[in-house]
Amino acid sequence: MHPTLPPKVRRAYGDRDGDGMVQLSFTLELSPSPRAREAAKRFAEAHGLAEPLVATMEECAAGFSFFVVYGRSSHQVDVSAIDVPEVRADPLTREEIEHRIVTRLGRKLVVVGACTGSDAHTVGIDAILNYKGYAGDKGLESYKGFEVHNLGAQVENEDLAARARALRADAILVSQVITQRNCHKENGRALVQRLEGEGWRREVVLLFGGPRVDHAMALELGFDAGFGAGTTPSDVARFLVDRMCGAR
Amino acid sequence: MNLVKVAQCRALAAEIASDVQRYVDGHTTVGVERTILRAYGADGVDDQGVPLVNTAVERYREAGLLGRGIAFFLGRALVAGARNVQDAAERLAFASQTDGGDGDPGPDEVREALRPHTDAALARIDRARDERQALARRFPPGPSPLKYVIVATGNIYDDAVQAKAAAHAGADIVAVIRATAQSLLDYVPQGATTEGYGGTFATQENFRIVRRALDEASETHGRYVMQTNYSSGLCMAEIAWMASVERLDMLLNDAMYGILFRDINMYRTFVDQYVSRRIVARSGIVINTGEDNYLTTADAVEKAHTVLASQFINEAFALRAGLEEEQMGLGHAYEIDPWLEDSFLLEIAQAQLVRQIFDRHPIKWMPPTKHKTGDIFFAHVHDALFDVVGVTTGQSIELLGMFSEAIHNPLLMDRYLALKATRYVFGACRHLGDEIEFRTDGIVSRRAIHVLDEALGLLEEVRRDSIWESIGRGAFADVKRQRTGGKGYAGVVERGRDYLNPILDELERAAGTPTEC
Repeated sequence: MHPTLPPKVRRAYGDRDGDGMVQLSFTLELSPSPRAREAAKRFAEAHGLAEPLVATMEECAAGFSFFVVYGRSSHQVDVSAIDVPEVRADPLTREEIEHRIVTRLGRKLVVVGACTGSDAHTVGIDAILNYKGYAGDKGLESYKGFEVHNLGAQVENEDLAARARALRADAILVSQVITQRNCHKENGRALVQRLEGEGWRREVVLLFGGPRVDHAMALELGFDAGFGAGTTPSDVARFLVDRMCGAR
Repeated sequence: MNLVKVAQCRALAAEIASDVQRYVDGHTTVGVERTILRAYGADGVDDQGVPLVNTAVERYREAGLLGRGIAFFLGRALVAGARNVQDAAERLAFASQTDGGDGDPGPDEVREALRPHTDAALARIDRARDERQALARRFPPGPSPLKYVIVATGNIYDDAVQAKAAAHAGADIVAVIRATAQSLLDYVPQGATTEGYGGTFATQENFRIVRRALDEASETHGRYVMQTNYSSGLCMAEIAWMASVERLDMLLNDAMYGILFRDINMYRTFVDQYVSRRIVARSGIVINTGEDNYLTTADAVEKAHTVLASQFINEAFALRAGLEEEQMGLGHAYEIDPWLEDSFLLEIAQAQLVRQIFDRHPIKWMPPTKHKTGDIFFAHVHDALFDVVGVTTGQSIELLGMFSEAIHNPLLMDRYLALKATRYVFGACRHLGDEIEFRTDGIVSRRAIHVLDEALGLLEEVRRDSIWESIGRGAFADVKRQRTGGKGYAGVVERGRDYLNPILDELERAAGTPTEC
């Protein structure tokens, strides 16, 4: 910790502690001109940047300019005041995961996953479930302890719930890649409400995943956990084992 | 390159496609029949937004009459006194009873009655083709690789603004990405649309709006700016027709994409792709095939040969639909893990191989997406190397990488920066490819030989098992589909012996069917 700052307060770090240096890039509907440059500078100042330097001003479309601005951010954050729910699970190895399922659950853990609503992007759900996995980490299909049903894309909540019920799912994974106008949240919330309405929400572990998803958001929607960008299959496996096969 | 092996691949693909073509020639679909009604001039929707062509075709399908072809009933309605095609189509949809098709007039008389309308339908496609060619002569297109960008705001009027901005920044081709669910809609929405998730609906009116914007951009910049959309999903053929008369330049159109990635029934897709491509062939539109998608679900190093094998198959299907090689934008992608040592060389090997095998084809080169993480600064470098391969190996159509891939649909400035970087790389490396020879025993050559060998092996398997069975066991993209599974199977109908479709007959007659390939 640097002696000149009070504990737990952080400013952006550029070249020296506390300099607050950030870069900002944006487009304004203005043709390049000295006036546009000044507008960009004031725009940056309005965002709390002191001494903004307009490093780039280029016409990026007729009547539009693209700017890159550097400046010193006057803002700081107090890290001690932050409380972020994090997905917590024991750092189990693959073998330990398999072992726990066998010894503590005594059967396969049934996982049903889908991209719901109009979302056609299966890249996320495939990365977690399919054998191939993601970034060298094999998917849940590759585990002996998981029985995986990947229902694919554009599955309606109604169908997902019915299939999960019929398959006696222990866990349901919902993947949402498309987030325009928060359709992913609406879809997620609707699934939770459906399961609650049908009276079996508590019988299943509900996971929400996608590049714009985080754990807090998932909890808010009524899921048990949320997994965002960079999640590997083993992160999900560990969480499920933690939930389903905890110490008995 | 081993030309004997390439010829073997082509011969195998020809057998694979001919097997499917026997099925195609004996069947039609609701999508095909709706296309025919539209081509004759039927238009409009009811108060629920259901297109007239859907109501008419569905009614005759339910009555078990569609095997005779909707044109037959349309022609009979005309003979029976309908004022025009629209009136005749409305009779098919809404008359108190369906026409059982018995008695006079018979097929020959109906064909005669339809003749002026058949001629007009084809003339409309030809007129759009002539207009396109005239514009491209007035405003020559940019140099190859053509720079292709996407817009996807959900609102067609914003799309038009973004399309013009992209043209201003140097784009040669603008694609309007479709709303995500549209491929599974079994009808084409009507009119201008301003709401859509993940993209904007493909409608005939939306096509016109963007065409107008790009015509203005062509005029402003003195460079022909091309328009692209999607002829895929359950309305593949209808959209091909709309695109052909609204003067689009390119269409995403793949013989197998819908089966693999949208779980559309394979019989349905194979019939629909054939008719869509017959229209495309006539219109002069360039298709873009979707092999790049294989590498988003399967590994780009291990499964590179599936891309090549699929390109041979797509080519064979396209030849059977009358397309010229110059209309076949076979697709592939830069999707190898960037952290793999010599990944750049492997990418060059594949791109060069595809370029040499398909030497007359406007190859469509797709950017990295799978290994984009949200680190925009790294992504910009990643895309720059992709550009180097694109220009060095002489790819024809390059969809530009976006550094904001995996974050959001491209912003105006994202597209601008991608175009600027690409302009730099293409200019700086314009003749790099002419300066390079690959060592015969080097990494690039050995990789190319390996991929070709594997593709040949896969094509032998597919020929042996048939495409139907091969898709069933996941030969492409690691995706498995069953013959009668998937969406849209109920819309496939066996053609009767007296099936009538004068427009398709004309499309087939004029283009001819290749006897070899």
